[in-house]
Amino acid sequence: MLAGNNDNELISKVLRGDQQAYAGLVERYQAYVFTLALRMVKNREEAEELSQDVFIKAYKYLADFRGESRFSTWLYTIVHNTCLSFLRKKKPDTRSLDEEHNFNLADNRETSFRADLVEQKSRQAMVNQAISQLGADDAGIITLFYKSEQSLEEIARILGIEINTAKVRLHRARQRLKEVMETRFTEEVKDLT
Amino acid sequence: MHMKKTMEEELWEYLDGVLPSAEQQRISSLIEEMPEWKEKYGELLELSASLKKVSLDEPSLRFTKNVMEEIARTRIAPATKNYINRRIIGGIGIFFASLLTAILVYGFSQMEFSSTADSSFTGKISQLDFSKFFNNDLVNVFMMINVVLGLVLLDNYLTGKRKQFRKQA
Repeated sequence: MLAGNNDNELISKVLRGDQQAYAGLVERYQAYVFTLALRMVKNREEAEELSQDVFIKAYKYLADFRGESRFSTWLYTIVHNTCLSFLRKKKPDTRSLDEEHNFNLADNRETSFRADLVEQKSRQAMVNQAISQLGADDAGIITLFYKSEQSLEEIARILGIEINTAKVRLHRARQRLKEVMETRFTEEVKDLT
Repeated sequence: MHMKKTMEEELWEYLDGVLPSAEQQRISSLIEEMPEWKEKYGELLELSASLKKVSLDEPSLRFTKNVMEEIARTRIAPATKNYINRRIIGGIGIFFASLLTAILVYGFSQMEFSSTADSSFTGKISQLDFSKFFNNDLVNVFMMINVVLGLVLLDNYLTGKRKQFRKQA
């Protein structure tokens, strides 16, 4: 999905002064960047603003992209750092983003979520909702593995950890996802099966 | 409980295709032969398939336009490798290495290596006269070296910057 064999071609065009070529990269990766940001900050408006910042930063420092890794990998590090610094600044006037908070948030959204479920009635929507209720790290690693099609080696490199640690983290993230789905959506799962 | 967790872990690795072929074969046989493994495999396979199908969230329709408008006002910064002068970093490294060597050489030259020296080292430490090492002359010499080298490095940096600006102009 994010294969983008001609990413480097577009990047070279942008570096040669063709600013409009950057629109191609934005269109290709906007959903990926937005999803990662949303998984971290849990708010659409903030995620959209942060995603814009990510693309602007990526443009500004495009000359530093050496093409040794995939463009999506490089983008992920910008998303991660931008969102982390945003969350650090935001921390004093918000509650923490630990799992308990996520569950509380889920409780608050349950009414609207149930309405959504009735409307959508799809397992995918349910999985998506369950991912949004995970902690930022868990949701991030699942998104990287399944949606950005990064291998465990690449994920390990992005996160600066060992491959085995990446494997364990992915496993734990999937465990937690399963737990969320089992505890929160048991009834809905029954409806769908 | 632990056994169940291990089974799940192994099944995920089987699904991710990260196991060596012999292990892959072993799990494959377990799935075929053991109902418990088969059931868990079916469950995880379904979740894995759902995860692969989950769509990414889309930002607003104006997203690309907003980014491009911002970008029109932004300039691409020169690559870091162009303005970080490796020679300056090397110079700083050499300076600290020689400073460290000088301190060590001086320190060792002041040490008493004779066998008649008292072996009670802890007692010696309290008797050490630090003013002997940090007398005014010594500190002044080091400070002078620091200042001179600092000025040389600053001059190198500013010359490089000036050349770069001229080149861009």
